[in-house]
Amino acid sequence: MNQIADRSVRSNAGRKAALGFGFAIMALGALILISFSVGRYPVSLNELWLLLWSKISGMPSGLPIAAETVVLKVRGPRLIASMIVGGSLAVSGGVYQGLFRNPLVSPDILGVSSGAALGAVLGIYFSLGVVGIQILAFAGGLSAVAAVYLIGVFLRQHDPVLTLVLAGVVIGTLLGSVVGLIKYLADPYNQLPAITFWLLGSLTGITSADVWVILPAIVLGLTPLYLLRWRMNVMTLGDEEARALGVDTRQIRLIVISAATLITAAAVSVSGIIGWIGLLIPHLARLLVGPDFGRLLPASILLGAGYLLGVDTLARTISTIEVPLGVLTAFIGTPFFIWVLARSQTGWR
Amino acid sequence: MGPAGCFASDKKRKGVILSMYVGERLMLEGNTISEHRHGISVSVFLALAFLATATWAVDKRIVVDSAGRRIEVPAKIERVFAAGGPASVFLYTLAPEKLLGWTSPLTAEERAYIPAPYARLPTLGRLTGRGNTTNVEVVLASRPDVILDYGTINPTYISLAERIQKQTGVPYLLFDGAFDQIATTYRSAGAALGVSDSAEQLSRYTERLLADVDKRLARIPAKSRPLVYYARGPRGLQTGLKGSINVESIERIGARNVAAERIGQGSLVSVSPEQVLMWNPQIVITIESAFATVAGSDEIWKSVIAVRSGHVYTAPTLPFPWLDSPPSVNRLIGLKWLGRVLYPELFTDDLRAETRTFYGLFYHKVPDEQQLNELLSGPGRSR
Repeated sequence: MNQIADRSVRSNAGRKAALGFGFAIMALGALILISFSVGRYPVSLNELWLLLWSKISGMPSGLPIAAETVVLKVRGPRLIASMIVGGSLAVSGGVYQGLFRNPLVSPDILGVSSGAALGAVLGIYFSLGVVGIQILAFAGGLSAVAAVYLIGVFLRQHDPVLTLVLAGVVIGTLLGSVVGLIKYLADPYNQLPAITFWLLGSLTGITSADVWVILPAIVLGLTPLYLLRWRMNVMTLGDEEARALGVDTRQIRLIVISAATLITAAAVSVSGIIGWIGLLIPHLARLLVGPDFGRLLPASILLGAGYLLGVDTLARTISTIEVPLGVLTAFIGTPFFIWVLARSQTGWR
Repeated sequence: MGPAGCFASDKKRKGVILSMYVGERLMLEGNTISEHRHGISVSVFLALAFLATATWAVDKRIVVDSAGRRIEVPAKIERVFAAGGPASVFLYTLAPEKLLGWTSPLTAEERAYIPAPYARLPTLGRLTGRGNTTNVEVVLASRPDVILDYGTINPTYISLAERIQKQTGVPYLLFDGAFDQIATTYRSAGAALGVSDSAEQLSRYTERLLADVDKRLARIPAKSRPLVYYARGPRGLQTGLKGSINVESIERIGARNVAAERIGQGSLVSVSPEQVLMWNPQIVITIESAFATVAGSDEIWKSVIAVRSGHVYTAPTLPFPWLDSPPSVNRLIGLKWLGRVLYPELFTDDLRAETRTFYGLFYHKVPDEQQLNELLSGPGRSR
């Protein structure tokens, strides 16, 4: 009897997940279409079609070169980047929430954002170009988490998860204050505004080169996460239970943290700091497809991609100036998160 | 602006005693004052006494700053603490020997353009502006006669000045940093600091330069002026809207700031490349050399007319930037440069000679040939 009940629950969950995926994919498709056709530079659907067709057929489109640049080199890469960044942040958030068994965890819990922020701010302070700033941001994110992990390794006598979280909070705060120090020392007329803009997050000016640079790192990070999805399910039971079930928790934790950090650092290095997605989207994904990581990972990617795509479309259209992404995600995210909190009395596992 | 820099007598006891003595001496020596017309002689005496206090002001006098505040300052001001970046540049041009230190450390490149004694001045931090970096104890330890700030005058800065003045007991003078006030501010600050002669020189030069710019600009109808985009930030996607202090020079030279025309009033904002492509500016002006070097090969910027036709200009920055930051008198020479870049057929005179004059007069050191090349002939410096 138990078996029958179990099977029916599973098929129920399967049906629910299939529905969730269908919904997410459709929403994403619709969003891509809308995002492509709106923007500050007017490009009609017809022109869009002409352009894409000319790319496929190799015939000249007869449209002004600026329109082509807008669609293929400005809006296109930006749409793709927003989906990659959104998906990445959502996945890392979901993974961390499972790993730390805490629904309030976001990808910055181990200091990756603070590290990336410090790297980027240093880059701006030393007047580096965009590439230099991105490299420093990426390296900063990785080093911050490496430092947090090493602290966790050295302080073995405590609960490993708790130590990691506490070390992450402490290192994050320290790095945040160094960022504050550099803002304080920066030229208030030139560098300070650039720093402020970066810290608020934005995808304006993203080129296809940026997309190609971050994509390998993100794929490299996603692969082990997907391969380890079953062990991740076990990890959410807690350290002792997972070990009792024969999982080398230390090893899995190291791999998962490295992978999630790689993804987040790569994403943040081009977008600047964008909060909320990593905290919010995993909850939504869990509501849609349930807590199984095999489904939760792709669902988080889809929803995160769609969410940031939508928010970024708003950011570049609702005003004549660019609205910082960090501000928009917070404005949309806060009420949404309260709603999720109110209704997710049920477990987050 | 109030009648800045006018002095009134201050009735310190010492001053009065001295002036009474001087008045008496004058009375004894002067034969025109007859003894029986006592009433008149008393009033003459008082008038003389007043004159004496004003002329031989002993240890205090009253100065009125640009905010209309009446402030008691020492009769002779020798040591001045510049409250921020714009103030330190302003004070350096007017009275370098009174400058106690710079707001932020000078780089080696900047120091090369500044005479050694001033280049060696310590870094003291900024007192107001966006965030203090100095400690009030540092201000006191440098024993300033007055603190001087130069820039926007608004209630925030006035109350900050009042607080610091009350706390330290050091008079805190605010001077208006608006572009069109430069000549006036030089005169009032010069009078306040007791350097009216050099102030007069600087304000005459300023007036001449602005009048010359206006005379030339009058010949170009507004419509035939070029569309300019001012690029800031590492990607060149931050720009100043109408009325922002960042584009004051560009507005002053009569260019059409494309962001101001298309978006309107505001400050420094972030825009999208789509907007820049749509605006398609004819000229891009920037202060970011990192951006200027990559703009030509950037696949988005390449489609902008200004970039395609090679009209991306990077403002010189040594020892102080010719545009924008800090928004101080350093922007004056930038006007001539902007004129050359935007209207090459109108601003035909020798920019090298003008630079030599300006640097000699304002920065107290005439740049050598190599420095002039560095300033004016680098990539993206001129047509």
